[in-house]
Amino acid sequence: MNFDFSDDQKQLRDQARKFLTEKCSPKAVRIVLDGKASYDKELWKGLAEMGFLGVAIPEEFGGAGAGHLELCVIAEEMGRANAPVPFSSTVYLAAEALLIAGSDAQKKKWLPAIASGEAIGTLALFEGNGNPSPKNVKLTAANGVLNGIKKPVADGVIADFAVVAARTGSSGRDGDISLFLVDLKAGGVQVKSLTNLDPTRGQAEINFKDCKAEPLGAAGDGWSILTQVLDRAAVLCAFEQVGGSDRALEMGRDYALDRIAFGRQIGSFQAVKHMLADMYVSATLARSNSYYGAWALSTNAAELPEAAAAARISATQAFQHCAKNNIQVHGGMGFTWEFDCHMYYRRANAMALGLGSLTYWEDQLIDRMRKKNAA
Amino acid sequence: MNFDDTPQEAEFRSLARAWIGANAPKQYEEELRKSSLGRTVLKNADILEVAKAWQKKKADAGWACLHWPKEYGGRGSSPIERVIWQQEEGPFGLLSRMFIIGHGMCGPTMMAFAREEHKRSYLPPLASGEKVWCQLFSEPAGGSDVAGLRTRAEKDGDDWVINGQKIWTSGAHYSDYGILLTRTDPTVPKHKGLTMFFLDMKSPGVEVRPIKQASGASDFNEVYFTNVRIPDHQRLGEVGDGWNVSLTTLMNERSAIGAAVSTGFPELFEYCSGLMLDDGPAIEDRAVRSKLANWAVKASGLKYTSMRAISALSKGERPGPENSIGKLVAGSMIQDVATYALDLQGASGVVSGEDAELAGRFQAMLLRAPGTRVEGGTDEIMRNIIAERVLGLPGDIRVDKDVPFNKIPTKGRG
Ligand SMILES: Cc1cc2nc3c(=O)[nH]c(=O)nc-3n(C[C@H](O)[C@H](O)[C@H](O)COP(=O)(O)OP(=O)(O)OC[C@H]3O[C@@H](n4cnc5c(N)ncnc54)[C@H](O)[C@@H]3O)c2cc1C
Repeated sequence: MNFDFSDDQKQLRDQARKFLTEKCSPKAVRIVLDGKASYDKELWKGLAEMGFLGVAIPEEFGGAGAGHLELCVIAEEMGRANAPVPFSSTVYLAAEALLIAGSDAQKKKWLPAIASGEAIGTLALFEGNGNPSPKNVKLTAANGVLNGIKKPVADGVIADFAVVAARTGSSGRDGDISLFLVDLKAGGVQVKSLTNLDPTRGQAEINFKDCKAEPLGAAGDGWSILTQVLDRAAVLCAFEQVGGSDRALEMGRDYALDRIAFGRQIGSFQAVKHMLADMYVSATLARSNSYYGAWALSTNAAELPEAAAAARISATQAFQHCAKNNIQVHGGMGFTWEFDCHMYYRRANAMALGLGSLTYWEDQLIDRMRKKNAA
Repeated sequence: MNFDDTPQEAEFRSLARAWIGANAPKQYEEELRKSSLGRTVLKNADILEVAKAWQKKKADAGWACLHWPKEYGGRGSSPIERVIWQQEEGPFGLLSRMFIIGHGMCGPTMMAFAREEHKRSYLPPLASGEKVWCQLFSEPAGGSDVAGLRTRAEKDGDDWVINGQKIWTSGAHYSDYGILLTRTDPTVPKHKGLTMFFLDMKSPGVEVRPIKQASGASDFNEVYFTNVRIPDHQRLGEVGDGWNVSLTTLMNERSAIGAAVSTGFPELFEYCSGLMLDDGPAIEDRAVRSKLANWAVKASGLKYTSMRAISALSKGERPGPENSIGKLVAGSMIQDVATYALDLQGASGVVSGEDAELAGRFQAMLLRAPGTRVEGGTDEIMRNIIAERVLGLPGDIRVDKDVPFNKIPTKGRG
């Protein structure tokens, strides 16, 4: 058994960590957090130059063609650094949708642009309250144009293109949904920025009015493609969440060693020690579930749907748990804008919702486990 | 990243599988599978006898205590082979539970500290299950704080004379030998005055009194020592070095990595899959699904954490303190799972034993779970281990660290 990343992959992780430590300090993250930029353009360029944006994109489409395990180790570092760039929208959602369902022409147009950092992509799925579900898709597509409103769309303000879920039928089944590619810079859309829990990754409302769009994948296949995209993104996001959990734990641990109260390091108080031990436990369980997700993703195993849901739930819980208790360990300091704790708290809670809430993934997991047991 | 065996591992696995397939006591398989939680009992057989017979059969064919050297009754296997064996042995591994303390702790301690002639005479019958061993550490005044123990050992000629009391000693009532931690010098700080021995449990002056547990079973005991004589050559380690010797014992607990921890989750999932509630199938109920999903990811998290540890073993790395999380997570999970299963049964959940749903599996689990959170280090001690040894946080303040033992105020139970 070799249920671990390879030495090369670990080396890539070190390389990504070193790069992000240099180029994505908390100070740099704050420029976006404070609203002085919509994302870190320099960092985005650097990530492209390092080959990180196209690491899982095949070489024929301008990527490094390394694979998804490599993408997982980079994702972990993106989460650890709390990187203020549209990485998940572009790389996990838009690129994966193209890889799964794009025509050759579509791949040729967008994938090299993603790998080189020229194009930012996103997925436009949600329409207000509610979790991923065909019945929550109201935006319509007819005669090659879209009409309707998507909200929230992650990184929608800065995205160059979007994969849009639209209703193309009225049978009441999954087959009513189709996917479309929209060049957001070509007009036909109104984009409004929304304030959100985590300003380091923006959210938008996009109003499509007779907006020209080309089909992505076969008509009526939208929901099945989306499910695959969400599963793949769930694993990749889980790695970001694991990275974030570890960082939050580390911050808490360091502070506990540093801060003195009642004449002792607060890390010598058992209530604090045990809180940190529990953070370690949840981060470890999340990491292990995520590794299983990575294995399933990289081998395209039949277990992927179940593994993805488990990784998603476990990593979401761990990141939320670690981020909130990191603030607790820091006391009043943890609640100040000045300390970095809230950046992870924001990110943890925003990420918990981005691909559908925990409720949604719990449902998915149980359905998938039932299906497996029945089989 | 893969779950594949290396060629050597695969070869070992197929050997093990074939031998187990041909030799395991299959007539008990179903019963063992079903009684994996709570308490293992066989309806029509004495489990100790069945266990001893299986262990002997394994030993005769060279499959006992795989990681021990051959000359002491083992197979000289690598740690990963031991894990593979455990995986293949499956429910039959439950039969070895009565030997866990002997094989996991007493044996390795003997190996590290006993004289060569003792190793050769005592270890093979321990490996083969012919002789059962117990661990006499805990006392009324010292459980978590095991160095607070008071059982005295005083030198008398070539012997040591033991007086005192141990408690919670698992299996003492059917054990032939035990390793015993004693105080040989009460005038020095508590960790410095301890000495370890092994002894024959049938020695005059040893009295074993079974304790009835919260679960109703009696798996552990009080053991009283009245002028029990132990020859000096049965001392393990130097006089006064008992603490270090006992640490070796406790460290060895960790290497039993492969043994899958019971969480109760597979049982609960199966139960909910078939259960009808007032409003329809349990598995379609929102609240039930949410609970199940939360436990599902804990159970899978533990499973894959252990696979990561096994992968490290496979590369020749040693298990570290991070492997403490299995018992910590599983212990309270099994308790919560059992509580929830009974909640789903409503008022009838109160019925236990044969008359209850699933012959009282969840009830048995509920009543056994508190022990899991205490034995082998409480949840709190496990968290201390993670905090101190994994995260590098300061040790607890020990006010009695430098005080001579006989100057420390102590208060046990009762
Ligand atoms: C089923 C079972 C089998 C056992 N088998 C054996 C055996 O074979 N041989 C043997 O020697 N012993 C055995 N034990 C004993 C076991 O090791 C002890 O019960 C255990 O170490 C706890 O010690 P204690 O019972 O004295 O509890 P205490 O140490 O008195 O603990 C009471 C409470 O205080 C907490 N506590 C104590 N110290 C600390 C601390 N430093 N920080 C935070 N909290 C603390 C504990 O977590 C617990 O909640 C067994 C116990 C059980 C339940």
